[in-house]
Amino acid sequence: MDGVHDLGGTEGFGPLPIEEEELVFHHDWEARVMAMRMLMGAWRKWNLDAGRHSVELLPPADYLSLTYYEKWLASLVNLSVGAGLLSREEVASGRANATPKATPPIDADGFRALMAKGRPSGREVNTAPAHAPGDRVRCNSFSHSGHTRLPRYVRGRVGEIILYHGAHVLPDASSKMIGEAPEHLYTVRFLATDLWGPDADPNHSVTADLWESYIEPA
Amino acid sequence: MPHDHPHSLLPPDPALRVKAIETLLVQKGLVDPKAIEAIVEAYSNEIGPRNGAEVVAKAWADLDFLGRLRADATATLAEMGLTGLQGEHMVIVENTDTVHNVVVCTLCSCYPWPVLGVPPVWYKSAEYRARIVREPRAVLEEFGVNLPPVAEIRVWDSTAEIRYLVIPRRPAGSGHLDEAALADLVTRDSMVGTGFAKDPAGRDPAGKNPAGKNPA
Repeated sequence: MDGVHDLGGTEGFGPLPIEEEELVFHHDWEARVMAMRMLMGAWRKWNLDAGRHSVELLPPADYLSLTYYEKWLASLVNLSVGAGLLSREEVASGRANATPKATPPIDADGFRALMAKGRPSGREVNTAPAHAPGDRVRCNSFSHSGHTRLPRYVRGRVGEIILYHGAHVLPDASSKMIGEAPEHLYTVRFLATDLWGPDADPNHSVTADLWESYIEPA
Repeated sequence: MPHDHPHSLLPPDPALRVKAIETLLVQKGLVDPKAIEAIVEAYSNEIGPRNGAEVVAKAWADLDFLGRLRADATATLAEMGLTGLQGEHMVIVENTDTVHNVVVCTLCSCYPWPVLGVPPVWYKSAEYRARIVREPRAVLEEFGVNLPPVAEIRVWDSTAEIRYLVIPRRPAGSGHLDEAALADLVTRDSMVGTGFAKDPAGRDPAGKNPAGKNPA
């Protein structure tokens, strides 16, 4: 989607909010939001990609003004209500409705196991990769209104493949909970002058990790 | 449901909002409160940039290890127990006298958790995500990282599940130090590419100039 989250290259932002001796979490509630969002994912009503998309769907003004963990909380509530795990009435009143108490799908030990193991996105596919390192490729000029990982600033631009990563779950499909549709994944390197124009720094390049359907031979 | 935002029904104070949701989720049996505590503990105290610093120190001290990191960082990090969420597919990039690598996620906030922990505020900020791909030298200067114009800058945008760890340049005069002492020189920012490793006296060559603290 052409959302406000797709920030790469957007101009007008000021100095970075660099903090000295920054705390891991600035408030206790931030860590609790992170924990709840991870644990609610274990109901498998949404996945990593659908979770990211729910943050992208926050109104642009909210996206730019809420803090990171406020966005995660808003996304958690929207996902939970959308999946029927919470009702709007429960969120508004703060009181659980009369449905029987559920059993959480994951406990502390289960989470520790998941944390250590992770959720690899690499998949075996029976097609050969269409490209190889050294190939020049052009990114799609257009995208779609769902979740995608083709940033706006590389669309239509030509770059060179520098790494091949095997096939990975395609976020565009995965975010819709309609299957993984794995595709070959490449790291593509773009010269800054090809992204930002002839006045850009000639000693600067940007890479993005792009799925096969995002690119075509240049 | 882009135009339907139930989160707006919550109280305005974030701490109260979170408490209200946590109470609901626990009451309904949707989350295990002990699991919440386990996650808070893990990401507050157990998983952080010291893990990455030990990797960098070992890479500086052990060329065989560095070679294996180059060939397959994921498997090599797994030997050190550095696996898991947001570190499933790792790649290392090495800073030299002539090439400076720096990592971003322009679309959200992807970051290699097993080696660095959860990301700092600046990494997640709109300012960093917007600017580092377009004007990296200006952004790096805000971190006190001043590079000669001839140095090549490579910005890595983490748009997939590949997570990048920068191996900073080994500081001059550190040849006599063991791995533990070397790890003390490796800063979090140096492993994202927005800093340098400290010198053997423990001084940070990046003279940070945070927003709002400009001397002029």
